[in-house]
Amino acid sequence: MIIATNVTKQYGKLKALDDVSVTCNRGQSISLIGPNGSGKTTFIKCLLGMVVPDSGFITFDKQNIAKDWKYRQHIGYMPQTGRYPDNMTIDQLLRMMKDIRKPFNPVFDNELFESFDLGKISNKRMSNLSGGTRQKVSASLAFLFQPQVLILDEPTAGLDPVASEILKEKIRKEKEKGKLILITSHILSDLDDIITEVIYLQDGRLVFHKSLENLKKDTGKDRLSGAIASVMSKIQTR
Amino acid sequence: MKYLILITCCLLAFHSLSAKVTTIKGENGISLQQVINDAAAGDSIILEGGRFQIASTITISKPLFLIGKNSPVIDGGNKYEIMVISSDFVIIQGLHFLNSGKSGYEDIAALRILNSGNILIRDNYFENCFFGIYGQHAHNTTIANNRFKANGFDEISSANGIHCWKSDHMLILNNRISGHRDGIYFEFVTESTIRGNISTNNVRYGLHFMFSHNNWYLGNSFTDNGAGVAVMYSKGVHMHNNLFARNWGNAAYGILMKDISDSRVENNIFSQNTASIYMEGSNRITIRHNQFKNNGWAVKIQASCTDNIINENNFSGNTFDIATNGSLQLNNFTGNYWDKYEGYDLDRDGKGDIPFRPVSIFSMIVERNPATLMLFRSFMVGLMDKAEKVFPGITPEALKDDTPFIRPLAFNPPAL
Amino acid sequence: MNKIIKYVILDILKNRIVIGYALLLLCMSLSVFNMETDTSKGLLSLLNVILIIVPLVSIIFSTIYIYNASEFIELLVSQPLKRKNIWLSLVAGLGLSLSLAFIGGCVLPILIYNGNGTGIMIASMGIILTVIFVAIAALSAVYTRDKAKGIGVSILLWLFFTLLYDGLVMFLLFQFMDYPVEKGLVAVSMLNPVDLSRIMILLKLDISALMGVTSAVFKSFFGQSWGMILSISVMLLWVIVPLSLSVKKFKIKNL
Repeated sequence: MIIATNVTKQYGKLKALDDVSVTCNRGQSISLIGPNGSGKTTFIKCLLGMVVPDSGFITFDKQNIAKDWKYRQHIGYMPQTGRYPDNMTIDQLLRMMKDIRKPFNPVFDNELFESFDLGKISNKRMSNLSGGTRQKVSASLAFLFQPQVLILDEPTAGLDPVASEILKEKIRKEKEKGKLILITSHILSDLDDIITEVIYLQDGRLVFHKSLENLKKDTGKDRLSGAIASVMSKIQTR
Repeated sequence: MKYLILITCCLLAFHSLSAKVTTIKGENGISLQQVINDAAAGDSIILEGGRFQIASTITISKPLFLIGKNSPVIDGGNKYEIMVISSDFVIIQGLHFLNSGKSGYEDIAALRILNSGNILIRDNYFENCFFGIYGQHAHNTTIANNRFKANGFDEISSANGIHCWKSDHMLILNNRISGHRDGIYFEFVTESTIRGNISTNNVRYGLHFMFSHNNWYLGNSFTDNGAGVAVMYSKGVHMHNNLFARNWGNAAYGILMKDISDSRVENNIFSQNTASIYMEGSNRITIRHNQFKNNGWAVKIQASCTDNIINENNFSGNTFDIATNGSLQLNNFTGNYWDKYEGYDLDRDGKGDIPFRPVSIFSMIVERNPATLMLFRSFMVGLMDKAEKVFPGITPEALKDDTPFIRPLAFNPPAL
Repeated sequence: MNKIIKYVILDILKNRIVIGYALLLLCMSLSVFNMETDTSKGLLSLLNVILIIVPLVSIIFSTIYIYNASEFIELLVSQPLKRKNIWLSLVAGLGLSLSLAFIGGCVLPILIYNGNGTGIMIASMGIILTVIFVAIAALSAVYTRDKAKGIGVSILLWLFFTLLYDGLVMFLLFQFMDYPVEKGLVAVSMLNPVDLSRIMILLKLDISALMGVTSAVFKSFFGQSWGMILSISVMLLWVIVPLSLSVKKFKIKNL
């Protein structure tokens, strides 16, 4: 569904992405893993078209995204830190987003909005919200339009355990519907039962892209966190 | 002069005792010249309307009263000078002079006064004529209540309305002139009075004179002329209660004064002229009690002018009040009202306590390089003027009004 | 696209600065018209407002707004929207709301007190200048990532167009004093929208005769219909060129 081919992105001297090629298919839920500054967020931003690669290209359903913008109707994006216009209230933000995406996604999924109970604070301005509440809003927005692809950048960071659980439950549910889910997260234990694939990035380079089963087999560990830890130490000693 | 008029009247009255009156009507076949030839000196000829088509210039060489009733037309057919007066004691009244000849090398007039005087020309209408009235060595002549209308469009195809050359003791009164090259033109004319005339929409100057000393210009109106009014090489000029307005255009002036001296310009209104007074090589002129309103430049005074007194005038709404091209100033600008004055009057004597400098730095720059006017009213120019007000450096140190009036002065408006 | 414009305008109109700007303009125009007995003199005083304050507020406010809207832009870019449309909507929203403030603060008083040709000329030049400086702000904001630097660039640009350019022109005029530069002046005036609008307004105010030979050239140029059309097209170019440059940059900008 999403194929990245030789994607390279450089910020000044820093190579954020170096010749990255991956293929992501429907029904997979992929964890993007790597140390800080390994290029995870840049890669996601490339997928979303927020960052334009210096070379290489990305296709979405066999369409090059460089000249396309309509493919984004199929994507729900939850940013690492949600930044929204300060003057808007939650309600206005939601209405605006619905207004913008209505032509593409006329049916809304309000489940997260309701389970996070955002309705009772919908008149609060975005600038007055706590980081966690903002994350809740971001999550609600990502799922609101029932997209085929969910890109979640650190989804559980900053959420309280209850909200975190609600979100994970929602991700699981959507996964079962056969959607492609891309997650980056530090907290690996969160991901164990959700993900099927692992993409490991380091210093902008793709280290490996394996299914979770293969990874466990290769490392001999039965938990994701253990598997990744062994991979990381292996790489560092190399 | 009055004495001369009295003598004229007496002589005319004496003549009329024996004079006879002929009445004719303008029709085909009637020769006005023949009728004039047949008349005796002092006779009256009454033209009862109609049209006299002339076949050659009509000459009047004896005292005669030529009176038109119902405006008889004397048509020069665009060919001839219409009438020449070469005798004293002639009255021309109520005629309609039409279509004089035009020429590029000859001065063809509708009515020429040749070497004679004591003539009265009044209530005539000069339509589409080259020169209107041409006074050549005329004297003691009154030109009153005439109307001059031509359709000149450039300086070559048109000539002057009232043109006097080497004449004296002329009285030019209440005429209306438009569409000529110069409305009123004097060269070597002295001791004359020009009063209550309206000279407007002429191709070049409303009034133009040279080498004409000791003349009085009272209550005239010179408006909308191509280049305004130009006066040159004269002394003893008295201009009072005139209106100089809307002489607007490239090189148009309310009055252009070149080499004028010992003259007075008082109680005039200058309004909406590009430069209402432009002075060059002029000395000892008193400019008082004038209103300068909404002109581009109120007074442009070149450094060649000395000992002029400019006081008790009102300057308001002018783009530039005073402009000059040199740093030395030998003229007196004391005691005027300037609307741009921002000083104060603590002692309440009606006069500002700090001097006013009417020359802005920008006007100095423009004087040096006219193209810079493109920057007029730009932010930079505003800053420059403000800075110069605080630290004067370029504008002439001596050109200032030490006692500017706080409020506009009240004058009796000129009677026109 | 219209939707985004709508949200931008709603957001800006909620901003107190724009309301304050409209009120400031209104105070200025009302006091100018009420203090001057002659309304055409009032128009002349307003000229300074239009040539200095309108560009300044337009460029600074727009630059700051664009930087502050970076979250909003990020949000929109991840949505199924064309980048070009996002940017154009943002600029259009800014241009429209600042023009609205100008119309409320200046155009209406002008039309009430002096609705003749000059008044209309001043009003329309104010609107065009507003839009031009919004476009220039967009350009400087899209090219500089740092907010403080971007605002600095905007202030410099404003200073250049309202002050430094004229200084340069004066310098050149004195350098080439002995040459017939009149025709060149027309071209020079075209290169600065502030100068161009000032000259167009002054010619309308009929102060043109002052300018001697220069004005004859100006008058004959701007007086003709094609000269007028050309100047208006140049003004529009001053909107289109910075705007399209900024769009081009924004399309490949990393957010």
